Amino acid sequence: MKGIKKLWLGLGLLALISPLGLLATNTAWGEWGSDELTKLLGYVPAGMVKFSDIWKAPFADYTIPQAGDKPGYIISVLVGMALIVLITWFIGRLLARKQ
Amino acid sequence: MHIPDGYLSPSTCAVMYAASAPVWYWSAKKVSKTLTARMVPLLSIFAAFSFVVMMFNVPVPGGTTAHAVGGTLMAIILGPWAAAIGVSVALLVQAIFFGDGGILSYGANCFNMAIVLPFVGYFIYWLTSRGAAAGSGRHWFAIALGSYAGINAAALCAAIELGIQPLLFHTANGTPLYCPYNLSQTIPAMMIAHLTIAGIAEVIATEGVLAFTRHSIHLGIKTNIKDEGIIA
Repeated sequence: MKGIKKLWLGLGLLALISPLGLLATNTAWGEWGSDELTKLLGYVPAGMVKFSDIWKAPFADYTIPQAGDKPGYIISVLVGMALIVLITWFIGRLLARKQ
Repeated sequence: MHIPDGYLSPSTCAVMYAASAPVWYWSAKKVSKTLTARMVPLLSIFAAFSFVVMMFNVPVPGGTTAHAVGGTLMAIILGPWAAAIGVSVALLVQAIFFGDGGILSYGANCFNMAIVLPFVGYFIYWLTSRGAAAGSGRHWFAIALGSYAGINAAALCAAIELGIQPLLFHTANGTPLYCPYNLSQTIPAMMIAHLTIAGIAEVIATEGVLAFTRHSIHLGIKTNIKDEGIIA
């Protein structure tokens, strides 16, 4: 198998086992949402109330509506990787030195 | 390490965009001189790898989680300039589609994870691997040291950006407006998470992928950095 194909395959494999990342259920430090902050502090800072919901991500927290946790996570990874490949491919082709 | 919106004041966010913008410009110029068309798939693969490796949350002491970033890996293979672009794209997709990291704080997150991380990681790797044969013990040690230093430098930057918020932005009676934790809380919290678990995860991810590419494949692509041989 050609080397580059192995790398693509490796990416696919990582996507399939990505739900392992769900085993650690706690939020990363400093990434708490408003409800978690209320529990931690007893209040939500005023500026945070103002700006925290400035953008509504379609698949917030890597969840896909109706898909369930693990399938939703895998689909999110695959969709995310596809978008990243498309964008970097476009940027790469735009920038790459002509040979 | 993905700072959500609301944790940094709008002015901090503006400063961080202003800090990242020239590096993006410089990286694009540099990449346009070094990247060949045949290397474009590698840019995509390692940007996607950075995204997927960030999905593997690991528990850290103190009841929170952290993850590897894969930025130094990308810097070692394609150069830190390409890594800055690749990780920035991964962070953009995370922010827009998955709400992982804010839109206002995107400049700050890129500064930490897409700029400081690969550049510090690459510099430490370059410094400690000079003169070492590719594949030698010292070379592997340099890779480990670089990736460990990179992610910890990024975590420290994030901790400082968060920790100065209550100092600079509060109401008349001192109630914080944005991130409520000061430097004496943010620095230990972020550094304990990254000096221990996340740092080790980053080293394992970097060494693992480099071992995989080195032993199992022939990419047939010449990289632009001196230390070829990583990808034979």
